[in-house]
Formats: sequence, C-alpha cells, structure tokens
Amino acid sequence: MTTTQSSHQSSSQGSTTDATTRYPEAAIEADPRVPAIHIWRDFEATPAQLFRAHTDPELFARWVGPADIGADITHWEARDGGSWRYTVNGGDGREDFSTSFHGCFHTVREDRIVQTFTWDGMPDGVALETLTFEDLGDGRTRLHALSLCDSFEDRDAWLSSGMETGVNDGYAALDRMIADGSV
Amino acid sequence: MTDQLSRVFAALADPTRRDMVARLTEADHTVGDLAAPYDVSLQAVSKHLKVLEDAGLVSRTRDAQRRPVHLEAEVFDLMTKWIERYRRRAEERFSRLDAVLAAMQDDDSPTGTTTIPQEGTAP
Repeated sequence: MTTTQSSHQSSSQGSTTDATTRYPEAAIEADPRVPAIHIWRDFEATPAQLFRAHTDPELFARWVGPADIGADITHWEARDGGSWRYTVNGGDGREDFSTSFHGCFHTVREDRIVQTFTWDGMPDGVALETLTFEDLGDGRTRLHALSLCDSFEDRDAWLSSGMETGVNDGYAALDRMIADGSV
Repeated sequence: MTDQLSRVFAALADPTRRDMVARLTEADHTVGDLAAPYDVSLQAVSKHLKVLEDAGLVSRTRDAQRRPVHLEAEVFDLMTKWIERYRRRAEERFSRLDAVLAAMQDDDSPTGTTTIPQEGTAP
C-alpha cells in the first residue's frame, strides 16, 4: 500500500508536512498504520497564546464545548502529572445533553501538551493525545493534535461517533416525523 | 473491514485526491480529464488514482481506450460522512478557539472581560 503523508508525520512526532501546506480549516487524517487520528489547524496567534488557550481553564472552557452552553471544568491541574475533568453540555432548546471526559497531563510545555483522554461513556478506553504548537514564523501557529487510541476499533468508533451531531440529526428526523404526521 | 476503513481514510486525507473524488461525484472522468486542472504530471495523477483504487473508492471500467474512472459511491458516502462529521466538529471547536485567541490579542489578559463572539462569527 502506498505510504501516505500521515506515516511520515506520525513517525516524526507531528512535525509539519511542508512549508507550503496551509490549514486555514481543520484537516484530519486517520493513520493507516497505527490507530491514530491526526488533526492540523493553523491559527492567527502565537504559540504562547495557543498554549494559554489550552491550559487556562477559563479560556479552555470558552471554546471546547458547544457554543450555546460550553464546558463545565470540574477539575483542572495543568502541570506535569496533573489531571483534568470536564463536562460538555449542550442542547437545542428541547432537551439538554451532558457528557464528561477526564485524563491526566503527562507533559505540559509551551510547545507541547501530552495527556491521556477518556470519555466517561467508554471508561475502559484511553487515548494518548499529543498536541504540538508549531511557530510558523509569521504570527501564525500550527496545531497538530495526534490522538493515539488503544485499538483500531476504538479509533474507528471515535471517528464514526455522532454525539452532538447525532443528537441534532435525531431531532431533525423527529421534526420530519412530526411534519408528516407519523408522531 | 478496519483495514479497508483505514485505507479509505488515508486515501481521502490528501487534498488532491479529495478534489478528484469530489469531481467524480458528478460524473465519470478519464485520467486525462482528471489531471487537467492540476499542475502535476499524468503519472502523479495515476499514482493518486491507484491509492483511491486500492481503497475501493474508485474503479476503472473496461471501456476500450478511455477506461473512465468511476466513483464507488456507496463506500465513499459512508466514509466521508464519518470523517467529515468528525472534521466539522473539530472545526467548530477551532472556530470558537479563533474567537478566544482574537479576544486575547485585543485585550491580552487571560481572564479579561472581553466579550467572545458567538460561534459562526469567526473568520
């Protein structure tokens, strides 16, 4: 099988692809060799600002959860050996949902955060996340998030999981059923 | 199955291949047609096609000389739906992060009272 760019990237710990590639929107890749998901995204910010947005709990809560309600950070200790826990809340006005995640910070450094990540709905599953903040030298910073899952099954379950979108799709379906008189 | 999933995900990770697949959703194309918009060799396009073929995403029909490339829509729809939904959720988060970062630049205090724009207003 043809080697894809992901293999190079994962083996080089997420160093950038090439100077000309730009990620104004999130790019995602499922690694064919290991059960990993890569995400790349460029930000108009310095590495220090991106780091702060990932480690300051108040800033983190503003963007990690859905736009309407956001995340409730119940535990946060952003240091080597510390741990974290948060609950993401959402809803579309008819029914709210709530789901929690927790993990441990392994490395917390200006250019790199390594942590474990568990969804409480699947408590035995644990992914190892490595976030790197790469200074692109022109006021922008590239985020590379590598999530290494413990099996291909878990990885593909993550990729195919619906969560928020699934809930919304469910309501859209219900709307149609109500409209055509099935309910 | 997982192997095929992984091959499909990997095949669609490349922007040129994604673009080729997007064009194939409209109609079958010959290799020459497919290569036309790109500033790359026919050989490079053939390589991309091989990756898509190995992943089961496209097939080459036996139509004399032309051998048009055909998208296997069923495989494509399922995989792209999954990966695109996942990507979109990540992008929604990152758009909110854009807004947080912009507010940090305006008022460089980590817990400042700057109002964060709502999702969807970020560039």
